[in-house]
Amino acid sequence: MKFLPLVWATLWRRKTRTIFTLLSIVVAFLLYGVLETVDYAFSHPANSVTGADKLITTNKYSITFSLPFADLQQIRGVPGITEVTWITWFGAYYQESKNFVFALPIDTDSYFNLHQGGFIVDPAELEAFRNNRSGAIVNVDLMKKFGWKVGDRVPLHSTIWTQRNGSLDWSFDIVGTFSAKDPAEATQQSSTFLFHYETFDEGRSFGKGDVGWFEERVANPAQAAAIARQVDALFANSPNETKTQPAADFTLAFLKQLGDIGFILRAILGAVFFTLLFLTGHTMMQSVRERIPELAVLKTLGFSGGQVLGLVVGESLLLCVIGASLGLALSFATLPILKQGLQGVDLSPRAIVPGFAVAILLAFVIGLPPALRAMRLNIVDALAGRG
Amino acid sequence: MSEPIVRVAHVSKAYRRGKQSVEVLNDLSLEIPAGEFVALMGPSGSGKTTLLNLIGGLDTPTSGEITVAGQRLDRLGSGALAAWRANHVGFIFQSYNLMPMLSALRNVELPLLLTRFDAAKRRANAMAALQLVGLAERATHKPSELSGGQAQRVAIARALVADPVLLVCDEPTGDLDRKSADDILHLLQTLNRDYGKSVVMVTHDPKAAGFASRQLHMDKGSLLDAGSPP
Repeated sequence: MKFLPLVWATLWRRKTRTIFTLLSIVVAFLLYGVLETVDYAFSHPANSVTGADKLITTNKYSITFSLPFADLQQIRGVPGITEVTWITWFGAYYQESKNFVFALPIDTDSYFNLHQGGFIVDPAELEAFRNNRSGAIVNVDLMKKFGWKVGDRVPLHSTIWTQRNGSLDWSFDIVGTFSAKDPAEATQQSSTFLFHYETFDEGRSFGKGDVGWFEERVANPAQAAAIARQVDALFANSPNETKTQPAADFTLAFLKQLGDIGFILRAILGAVFFTLLFLTGHTMMQSVRERIPELAVLKTLGFSGGQVLGLVVGESLLLCVIGASLGLALSFATLPILKQGLQGVDLSPRAIVPGFAVAILLAFVIGLPPALRAMRLNIVDALAGRG
Repeated sequence: MSEPIVRVAHVSKAYRRGKQSVEVLNDLSLEIPAGEFVALMGPSGSGKTTLLNLIGGLDTPTSGEITVAGQRLDRLGSGALAAWRANHVGFIFQSYNLMPMLSALRNVELPLLLTRFDAAKRRANAMAALQLVGLAERATHKPSELSGGQAQRVAIARALVADPVLLVCDEPTGDLDRKSADDILHLLQTLNRDYGKSVVMVTHDPKAAGFASRQLHMDKGSLLDAGSPP
């Protein structure tokens, strides 16, 4: 500890350079904190099958592969399942691709029955939706976002489904609105646009009779795991094997369709730390090169090679740990913002321990080469300017 | 005559410069009694600084024996030499070699970081050393805020703070004006006479050498004369 003031003073010998180096470390660890947390959330679903009251059955191999509508009857027959509904991903936007709409063709009765109590919806408007085959019922936030009113006919462009006339543009009459009952789900549902599966199935030019996935409600959540196994057993060795999981895990699986999230995140982090390694490593080397005479003086005063090595590594350690602390603290400060953007993903600050481990490793990797040089310094040569 | 604090016996030193071996000291022998102030003089390349480095334990001889303060330096490894330097010798350089980011007090405190003293004791000793060189009031100033003469006084305080028996000075007045140089030389003389510090000083300046109790002249790696001990 008695060497700390010396290490600290040396660190700030060139303030501007230290500040910029520190900033690069802070940014790297900010990214590290955010991406590690997101990666952890994606790779460690918080939900177990047991205890889930809603299950989702998708194609075993990918949620982008559909399932036959005919599977519905078999799923309904599984004891313990009280309701089944079916949904398909419509992949839509309004006018411009940036105006994403979470549009889903649904079966009205089973869908609202299964999600009973999950929505605030006017019964009259729900009834109007039931009676209008081209109708749609839309989340109030989405209505506000695009300035829609009940009674409007709005076009949606599907990125997947062509109509029989070859057009990707579909039109719907807005007959009602809904909002999420649970404030925690408000953001998740804010882009939801529901319309009739029958209209969708009749209108599409391919994939007729298929659905994206089935959603089931189970009577006894304690039996959910057994029920999920039973459902999947029904379709084992069939052309469309299934995977049944809790609804919350399905959200994660859905987000994972963006790509191998873990790989992408690790690739980003790898690039960031590779760059940081060279940048900070170069700075440390340069810093030590500039201080050769000073380090020689320390050795002259009686500092051993090991002590000089310790001072330089200590400097690197201090720099990395301060940068990592600030970066990780900032990354945790961004968690509330992330949680808004990644509904259904369990985010919590999990990068602290591995973050500091990375910081210490980084400190040694960038600090050791110049420290070894300092340790091996020949005093006479260094004082004579030949170091 | 008192026991020699420095005893150099048949010392040779050669450096490798590329493929060539350059002999800098050639079978040199010398004794410096404790409490003496010796000036080493001679032309550039005569081996003065090399001899000073060997006496200060900064380098080891190619052959021969060097005993300083009772310790055979030629037998010590680099770690043991570092520990020996910390306890027995103080260095004063031409260009002061202070740490630019540390205050005068912190600079003087540096050698004490290698002792078991606590922070308060280190501070007190460093301040006492600064008082001895007349710079207590500049304790918080950084080297860039000091004149050349003041910076060299801080360097002397740093050399003194661990209470070494020997001060090794390499052109300590080379960067100073005449007045500051004389002040520094008077200070070294005081440290030698009043505090019993043995001083070995390399200098080109005959006037500076005049402050020493004995002058040694070197050329081509050998002593031209041994002067006369007091």
